[in-house]
Amino acid sequence: VRGSSMSAEVPEAASAEEQKEMEDKVTSPEKAEEAKLKARYPHLGQKPGGSDFLRKRLQKGQKYFDSGDYNMAKAKMKNKQLPTAAPDKTEVTGDHIPTPQDLPQRKPSLVASKLAG
Amino acid sequence: MAGPGGGGCPAGGHDLQWCFSQVKGAVDEDVAEADIISTVEFSYSGDLLATGDKGGRVVIFQREQENKSRPHARGEYNVYSTFQSHEPEFDYLKSLEIEEKINKIRWLPQQNAAHFLLSTNDKTIKLWKISERDKRAEGYNLKDEDGRLRDPFRITALRVPILKPMDLMVEASPRRIFANAHTYHINSISVNSDHETYLSADDLRINLWHLEITDRSFNIVDIKPVNMEELTEVITAAEFHPLQCNVFVYSSSKGTIRLCDMRSSALCDRHSKFFEEPEDPSSRSFFSEIISSISDVKFSHSGRYMMTRDYLSVKVWDLNMESRPVETHQVHEYLRSKLCSLYENDCIFDKFECCWSGSDSAIMTGSYNNFFRMFDRNTRRDVTLEASRENSKPRACLKPRKVCAGGKRRKDEMSVDSLDFNKKILHTAWHPAENVIAVAATNNLYIFQDKVN
Repeated sequence: VRGSSMSAEVPEAASAEEQKEMEDKVTSPEKAEEAKLKARYPHLGQKPGGSDFLRKRLQKGQKYFDSGDYNMAKAKMKNKQLPTAAPDKTEVTGDHIPTPQDLPQRKPSLVASKLAG
Repeated sequence: MAGPGGGGCPAGGHDLQWCFSQVKGAVDEDVAEADIISTVEFSYSGDLLATGDKGGRVVIFQREQENKSRPHARGEYNVYSTFQSHEPEFDYLKSLEIEEKINKIRWLPQQNAAHFLLSTNDKTIKLWKISERDKRAEGYNLKDEDGRLRDPFRITALRVPILKPMDLMVEASPRRIFANAHTYHINSISVNSDHETYLSADDLRINLWHLEITDRSFNIVDIKPVNMEELTEVITAAEFHPLQCNVFVYSSSKGTIRLCDMRSSALCDRHSKFFEEPEDPSSRSFFSEIISSISDVKFSHSGRYMMTRDYLSVKVWDLNMESRPVETHQVHEYLRSKLCSLYENDCIFDKFECCWSGSDSAIMTGSYNNFFRMFDRNTRRDVTLEASRENSKPRACLKPRKVCAGGKRRKDEMSVDSLDFNKKILHTAWHPAENVIAVAATNNLYIFQDKVN
């Protein structure tokens, strides 16, 4: 199992280990880049290839429409009309419960590929 | 490495000289998202070349018959058929938008006059039949020439319909639509050497299908952890062995490759071979795992080797040796000192593909700035070429390009900072028998061939 070998560092009197790491940062371009990244994003997670990053990858394509919310809201409202989004809004937020009709329609390609001349 | 088919190093060990042949696609500066080419694949004979794009469309080019007056000039590729393979969908139950982008196209070996290919988006695999029609029947008894039904009581004589030639029509029809069997996004499909089955792989699972059966598939690899919090790696690519129908490999986001034998068990969660290059723990950084993620794996035509592409290099592995690759080729090592910016602009997650020449003597992969790299495994020489409309005179030879990593830049070298990271060559294909290559540069398809004497 490959684990991350990074640890939070506190600048102190340089021990032999810390000195080697500082040397690495100078000689290895990759470690220099890592130092740059950590300087810009100090809260970056310690497990770079780990679950957060992978789970985001697996969730690609997820939209906000939740059929559970939608049906519960419909049940609560009973006969009342659901608040609908203003016609010009492209984003659906707030009290409004998204409906399938509100979702931006993905139009299928009607145009032929330009590769076909 | 001698393999089936020709192509590769010409006699005398001279380096190949590549020349421009054709370019397809629009010249506009403004590229529509739908026009971005997402896959390129030659058929088994190389006579057909298929492309898929983000808009779900497939365009197939066919090579012209060779011109008898110019016997050494190779035929050009012209449009043969184009069709809409996939449409955008929305899965309301899972709240998932399903892109129509064609992730992969794989041809089936030709068995009759028609051509068959598999095309897939994130969720659905389809088998398409492309057939020619150049005759039509005339002189029906029950309908007239306009197709209107004739009144049977008015028919007083019988005739035999005759076949008359007509203008060639190429029709594409979906012969199978395979049921959605993937919870995650399909990244690979691969046709088995038995020509009856194929596999499809998503981030966590691999399924085995029979080409005739659309409502069932067998799960052969499942790496989903019981607790998703424990997820540490995903499947990035998978391919069947070209000759052994029981063997396939799959690569991971951690830079490892597992070879599985379907004879050993129904569920191939336990690999037969495990390929991983040992890493020096002291050189490990935040980026190590990300850049080690394998974006493509391809068997050599001979079946003896396989090639993997990670962010900065291409590695050739001998299937008999799991401990380390037999060859490592640097694609664009100068990017190692740019990893921070490449992480910020997401380029570090770009998935480059790679391919073998017909004889396995050379390998090719893409890079940025519309550059692509070729490595000759025999002469150990490599070259960087560019797909650009500036070098698009017919049969113009491509001039090798060079990127300067740092320090003094020579006159015809490019500096790393002036590379265009939006011009990525992710998809390339090499003709199975000849030195003809197809290179997808965003929305344009370039075809190059070696210099014909």
